[in-house]
Amino acid sequence: MAGGRPLLRRLARWADRPATLLAPAGGWLVVFFLVPLLIMAAYSVMPRGTYGGVETGFTLEHYRRFFDPLYLDILRRTVVLSAVCTALCLVLGYPVAYLIARSGRWKNLLLVLVIVPFWTSFLVRTFAMIFLLRDTGLVNAVLLRLGLISEPLILLYTPFAVVTGLVYTFLPFMILPIYASLERMDGSLLEAGALLGAGPVARFRRITLPLSMPGVVAGCLLVFIPALGSFIPSDLLGGAKQMLIGNLVQNQFTAARNWPFGSAASLVVMAAVLVGVVAYLRSRDRAPGGGV
Amino acid sequence: MTALAAAVEFDRVSKTFDGHRAVDALSLVIHPGEFFSLLGPSGCGKTTTLRLLAGLEQPDPDGGRILIDGQVVTERRPYERNLSMVFQNYALFPHLSVERNVAFGLEQRSMPREAMGPRIRQALDLVRLDPDTFGRRMPSQLSGGQRQRVALARALVLEPALLLFDEPLGAIDLKLRKEMQLELKALNRRLGITFVYVTHDQEEALTMSDRIAVMDHARIAQLGTPAEIYENPRTAFVAGFIGESNLLEGTVERRDGDGWLVRMDGETIRVPHHPALAAGGAVRLAVRPEWLDLFRPGEVPPGENALPGTVRDIVYLGETIHVLVDRPNGRLIRVALRNEGQLIKPLAWRRGEAARVGWLPEDAQVLEDA
Repeated sequence: MAGGRPLLRRLARWADRPATLLAPAGGWLVVFFLVPLLIMAAYSVMPRGTYGGVETGFTLEHYRRFFDPLYLDILRRTVVLSAVCTALCLVLGYPVAYLIARSGRWKNLLLVLVIVPFWTSFLVRTFAMIFLLRDTGLVNAVLLRLGLISEPLILLYTPFAVVTGLVYTFLPFMILPIYASLERMDGSLLEAGALLGAGPVARFRRITLPLSMPGVVAGCLLVFIPALGSFIPSDLLGGAKQMLIGNLVQNQFTAARNWPFGSAASLVVMAAVLVGVVAYLRSRDRAPGGGV
Repeated sequence: MTALAAAVEFDRVSKTFDGHRAVDALSLVIHPGEFFSLLGPSGCGKTTTLRLLAGLEQPDPDGGRILIDGQVVTERRPYERNLSMVFQNYALFPHLSVERNVAFGLEQRSMPREAMGPRIRQALDLVRLDPDTFGRRMPSQLSGGQRQRVALARALVLEPALLLFDEPLGAIDLKLRKEMQLELKALNRRLGITFVYVTHDQEEALTMSDRIAVMDHARIAQLGTPAEIYENPRTAFVAGFIGESNLLEGTVERRDGDGWLVRMDGETIRVPHHPALAAGGAVRLAVRPEWLDLFRPGEVPPGENALPGTVRDIVYLGETIHVLVDRPNGRLIRVALRNEGQLIKPLAWRRGEAARVGWLPEDAQVLEDA
């Protein structure tokens, strides 16, 4: 025992260094993120192998091919649907986050409810959506029974279905960061605003909203970026007509066996997102009163 | 005073939170231009009283009326009461620069932009912050004291008739706090604005206030000038909360001339007249340590009251030296002696010595809660 103490202390001191603390996660990222990324970058400029894989050589053909109107159309649709999804998540999620942040002792229960959907598989939840939206599904059945429609609405395999699925999937990622920024806000700021002459609307517009902007930005990024790359909602709910970039990439790696083109497509999207996000964050930092 | 309308009047105001009375049928009048402090320990209801005045809390139904400048304001919104408030944690808007913080209230009143600039500069000048140096800084780039000044400027820029303070100096270090206390008092004199100031710091209240309401258990324990509160505390609570006091219990013997004779520690002492006293009843006195003196047995001057005791300890405090004396009943009396320079004129008292604690009859206060 007596001899064990100094050893334990030495071990603890060694473990408490930044390098030691960062090593496990850093190593994980290098092996499972950085290396695959580099492999993809390499594949994207190599000729396609006949039965998948690549052959040695160098070509920019895959990038050239991506700028074909056919694929640009998919990219455009992906960006539009992801943006619509992000906007809807914001409109639906902000009031929820606001409510939770102000709900006192119910706060924790409500937060758990937001997270509950994660307890079941994402795939199962998306399949469940099919049962809701199909011609004989719950939504149509209720509308028919109420006499609001005389024949089933075509809901499934439409952009509507894809956006519904995306919003359902990503809504918690909008709610949680907005909640976090609202929850941090000092309540006396609103009282100070009230004393300085701001009514409820002005208090929200001039105090609450600007102070929750970091949460709004984080939420939008957390929804928009994964939505850009998602393929399950569009695959199951959108059918072939609603193909998104995610589906294109997935197809290239599986059915089409065109690994270099799949790599090129995903790298182009990644680069576009990176440029967009960096440009946005920079403009925020430069804006007066930004950088919160 | 009666010619002017009261700046503020509370008329039997009550406020209950979840069955707990925070403010209990409180009535008080604050005069125009006065520096008025609400002083008390935490939970005494002083902050709730201030928030009721600001309109951040509503009195209970049938919980009385609040008047500002003779007008009932109980139904008015906070910004319809012509008052500003400085918060304990400053409550500066972290996303707005100093200038924009100060401009906030003016913008809400739709003041044209050209008119705002001079007003903002004037307000910052008033709190001694250079507008050119600090105007564009963010609150996060300021020290605690500077933030406090910005909060004050933001309140002053609206030229309110009434300025409320909720323990605004609590988070500032001692030296700066003393400086701000004097500055606030000077501002109050110069601007003629009525200040209502909440604090739990008795020294702060004594330093700045024209009048103080000492609060305890949702009620006013005593209201008066600093001198009245300090020199003539009415209850044991006030005597103990404002400065230090020795509490002495005894039994009233009889009326004697314009005072009473009281039996205490086997001695007979004289106390000033008080309507609550009656022969045979109990009496409680408060005597400030600095009004007590120490004598050798048999050397007490005639006319002074004296209680027997033994020196237990001597505490060197710099300005004063406190001698703790054990009474026969085991209680302590604290005697403050002026320090006349220990190196030149050392204190004549040693631990364990027999002593007489003496005071002039008129220096003891008869407390109401015997």
